[in-house]
Amino acid sequence: MMTSEFFTTWFLPGVWVTVQVTVLSAALGAAISFGIGLARGSQFWIVRFLAGTYFEVFRGMSALVLMFWMFFALPLFGWQLVPLWAGVSALGLTYGAYGSEIVRGSLAAVTPAQKEAGIALNFTRLQRLRLIELPQAWPEMVPPFNNLLIELLKGTALVSVITVADMTFAGNLLRLGTNETTPVYTLLLVLYFVLAFVITRGMRLLERRAKAGIGQLPAKNGRTTRKPGARGESLQAGSQSAGGMG
Amino acid sequence: MSWDWNVVDDFMPRFWDGVLVTLQALAIGTLIAFALGLVWALAQRSAQAWVRWPVVAVTEFIRNTPLLVQLFFLFYVVPNFGPSMSPLTTGIVGLGLHYSTYTAEVYRAGIDGVPAGQWEAATALSLSKGRTWRAVILPQAIRRVVPPLGNYVVAMLKDSPMIATIGAFDMLGEAQAFSNETFTTEALTVVGVAFIVIAYPASLLIRALERRLVR
Repeated sequence: MMTSEFFTTWFLPGVWVTVQVTVLSAALGAAISFGIGLARGSQFWIVRFLAGTYFEVFRGMSALVLMFWMFFALPLFGWQLVPLWAGVSALGLTYGAYGSEIVRGSLAAVTPAQKEAGIALNFTRLQRLRLIELPQAWPEMVPPFNNLLIELLKGTALVSVITVADMTFAGNLLRLGTNETTPVYTLLLVLYFVLAFVITRGMRLLERRAKAGIGQLPAKNGRTTRKPGARGESLQAGSQSAGGMG
Repeated sequence: MSWDWNVVDDFMPRFWDGVLVTLQALAIGTLIAFALGLVWALAQRSAQAWVRWPVVAVTEFIRNTPLLVQLFFLFYVVPNFGPSMSPLTTGIVGLGLHYSTYTAEVYRAGIDGVPAGQWEAATALSLSKGRTWRAVILPQAIRRVVPPLGNYVVAMLKDSPMIATIGAFDMLGEAQAFSNETFTTEALTVVGVAFIVIAYPASLLIRALERRLVR
């Protein structure tokens, strides 16, 4: 059985480590997402090419293999990473590559007229990005970022393989020590599910606030964003009720 | 820094064994994910609430928990009260089960995307329920869902090294064993490069497929 001593010395700190790894790699991933995502829309082909190469390489890479490589092979090239940082970098680099596609896609989805209006008003590129494009692209980014964050949370279980003492690691320790597997792995699954649920709730809140943020701009309200969505929903609802009939 | 091509040469035979195991896991895992996902998607549309709710709950749970812990669960917990399987079989079942919850969502979106008029036409022609699904709805839905399904195959390829953690000898498992025996790391680098070499053309293929199928 899981003793209370084991619980306080390994399991609770493990939960905390999982949260830490999630937050740290999410921060790194977000930075990379925006950096690479913006670079992929750059006006210089060499920047676009380099960012595109980064995207393809890290999207094609398995996070677990990358983590192993950083943990075991990188020290031979002269860099010894603390296990936690090897895990965080591997997760951040991989999920940052996925995130860059979200940033690139939603920036590209901003109506061209908005960019042209910015040019007409003699905004600099940075001003256009900061004041026009990002505020409108941001609400579109939040739902896919939520999915990515859940994937990242699930990915953090991998760090247990390179000896970071997260909650999966604690679960494995308990299995090795007591051979008692059913309660601990069930508890682990439930805990991950609860964490994912908390993240989803938080991101829903963020999404609502982001949508309200552009909803306050009078010109955008209803006309461009809401109507197509409403039509799509009614179409879907129609097909669903018909599906019930057939 | 030290890089020794002789080590790479020594690793090659085992590397190809690992590639075979990875591809085998991927192929069977894909079959399970595609078939089971369709079952989930259809069950989620069932008229009976007692079919719908458990399936929704189970797929949500599986989708929101890590594949790694699910593999541990299948490998260490399930034998306590159920069948005990070899590492590779466990890995294949785990991959297939995990990704079936993703493909279920893809199928669901594809089925929802079939216009309502198609359902009504099938009703007007008084086609049976099975006939409606097989001859009208699914052929149109599947066409739309091929590219996203392909994306999940690539995702599954990248998650497949996780089966090494329960002792299967896929690419990563072979590389790990080889590295531990010889105190080298070239094998890990080879496997890392191999993943990019396999995944990049695969994603190009899916993009081409997307352009052809979705218009």
